[in-house]
This record gives sequence, structure tokens and C-alpha cells, in this order.
Amino acid sequence: MTTETETTDDPVVELAESHSVIGPRPYWNPYLSGIGLGLVLLMAYVIMGRGLGASGAFTSLVAVGVQSVAPEHAAKNEFFAEYLGDGRSSPLKDWLVFEVIGVFVGGFISGALGGRLKRTVEKGPRISTRGRLVFAFLGGTIMGVGAKLARGCTSGQALTGGAVLNLGSWAFMFAVFAGAYAMAYFVRRQWT
Amino acid sequence: MSAPFFKFGLFGENMSLVLAFVIGIGFGFFLERAGFGNGRKLAAQFYFTDMAVVKVMFSAIVTAMIGLFYLGWIGWLDLSLVNMSATFIVPQVIGGLILGVGFVIGGYCPGTSVVAMSTGRIDAMVYLAGILVGVFGFGELFPILGDFYRSTALGQITLPQFFDLPYGLIVFVVILMAIGMFTAAEWGEKKAGGKRVEAK
Repeated sequence: MTTETETTDDPVVELAESHSVIGPRPYWNPYLSGIGLGLVLLMAYVIMGRGLGASGAFTSLVAVGVQSVAPEHAAKNEFFAEYLGDGRSSPLKDWLVFEVIGVFVGGFISGALGGRLKRTVEKGPRISTRGRLVFAFLGGTIMGVGAKLARGCTSGQALTGGAVLNLGSWAFMFAVFAGAYAMAYFVRRQWT
Repeated sequence: MSAPFFKFGLFGENMSLVLAFVIGIGFGFFLERAGFGNGRKLAAQFYFTDMAVVKVMFSAIVTAMIGLFYLGWIGWLDLSLVNMSATFIVPQVIGGLILGVGFVIGGYCPGTSVVAMSTGRIDAMVYLAGILVGVFGFGELFPILGDFYRSTALGQITLPQFFDLPYGLIVFVVILMAIGMFTAAEWGEKKAGGKRVEAK
């Protein structure tokens, strides 16, 4: 009579078990990640003569959306028209659009290598998932307005403009921190 | 050899899009490495428990700033060919305040939300939908907001030009300021009791 041992011989189960014990690998040292990020930004400047960005790509996407639903309305709107260009090539054939697709892929690669791919909602312990998602949507909407008014976001203004010592970018950066710190107390239940 | 390569015509439009993709991969990779695909990590900055946002952002700015200064100084990179957006000081400050409010409510900024989405964060997906709505709303209101958007135009202006001080001196001051901020950040985290946000 053979006795069943408690540990399994199945290599897949074993791998899965050892993985769950190890869990996700810790994030990198922030200064090291920052230097890496800075070198990517420097590379963009050396190769392209421009910095990084994110919100601009979403604006192209929105402009194309508006155009496909109401072409005349989009053409008449000065803001959307600028992102739609002269119509000789697709507005989505844009540097920032391709860069942001790269950001998606790069984030995925790093997350996969670090064992940090996880379908989850990031939130503090004192808020429901639904509550967190309402805040996420609201925050995104506010961010969208702010980024457009400021002509860029944390990537396009703060990082990119910061490195070339652009006056507007530095003023913007301090305003971002001021706005976030001023608001933090009122949404503390979401995070702490 | 001279840089920026694109401005000197070393490659064309289509190649620039391939490079945009490659540069984007690097950008996304380091954002995720830093933990910026996690809204809790980003928001913790504003509760002083994890100051990674300041540390990563200023190390990145200082690294690129020193690189640009040095490459310009040895004459290898033509800084006059580097894009620089014009300053519209009041709308940019107001926009920054609004953006900051959106940051702590939503938990991400546009770039980091892409990384969070690619690693499975559902809140980031919802957040991104919010951005699209916000941008759409701004566009629709542009006929009203346009005048304010274009107000207080100062043109292309850098900190050295504004303060009328040498480029190198401002670079040095920014480095000192960054070191001061890093020291304050480390001290603040210690005060908060070492509750840095880790992956889970």
C-alpha cells in the first residue's frame, strides 16, 4: 500500500505554490528608477529633440472620436481641429500616440518580469470598490481638464519641461503638488 | 555627429514613430519599476507615508537636466533645436492646481494610468475613461475657455532667462534643491513610521 505524501509531485502546482509564497517582487529603489527615467527622457531629447508626454495622445484620440461622430462640429472647434491636422494623414499617426502605446507595452513587460500583473483595484482599506471607481472616474475627468488647461500633464510639462528649465513647467509642477496636498485631507478615506 | 538626430534629418517621419514606440517602452518600464502602476503608491506621496513620487520625479529631472546641460556645453547637442513649449503662466498654474486635485482623487496621472492599466488595475481603466471625458469637456468648452487658455503669454522662456542668471548656476541650484527635497523626503518617511507602499 502506498501512502500519499502531502507534497505534490506535479511540477506546475509546485511552481504555482512557490510563486505564491514569493509573491510580487518589490519595486526598484526610487532613485534608481528615476535615473532610468531621466536617461529615457534624455534619449528622447537627443534622438528626437523633444521630450515625453501622455495626455496629448488622449487628446488625439478624443479629437478623432468627435470627428467620427460629428465631422463638421470637430472641424469648427479650434481645439479639436488643431489635433486633427490638415487631414493628409491620420491624426493617430502621431508621435505621442505611438509613444503611449510603447508606455503600455513597457509597463506590461516590467510588471510581468516583476510578477506584478494583477487584476485588481488599488485602494485603501476604508473605501468600497465601487466608491473607489467613482473617485477614479471623477479624478480622471478633473485631470483631463487640468492637463488641457496647463498644456500638458506630469510627463509633458513637469518632467519634460522641468529638464529644460521651462518657466511654465516649473510653475505648473509646484501648482500640481499644491493642489494635491490641499485636496489630500478631503479624500483621505480613500487611501489611508 | 550632432543631435537632436531627427532635427538634423538622420531619419524620417515613419522611423520617428518606431522610435516613439521604443522610447515609450523605456518610459513605461521605469514607471512600473518605480511602482507607479499602483495608485496607492502614488497617492501615498500626499500623506507623507511614501515619497517615491518626489524622489523618482526629481532624480529623473536632474538626470536629464545634467545630461542636456553637459551635451549642450560640449557642443554635441544643439539646445536651440530642442522643443520647448511656450509659457502661459496663469492658465498653467490654475491647470496645475486642478490637475493636482484630480491626481489625489483619481490616484494616477495620465502616463502612470497607462502603466497601471497594462498591469491589470481596473481603477486605472476607469480613470482613463474619466480623462477622455474631461478632455472632451474641455474641448467642447473651448469656445468659452479659449481666451483664458491664451492669456498671460510669456513666450518660450526658461528659468535662467527669467531670473537673468547663468544656465549653469540654475542647474546647480536645482541639484541642491533636489538633494534638499530627497533629504526631507527620507526624513518625512521615517517620521511616518516606514509605511512605504510595496507591491502586493
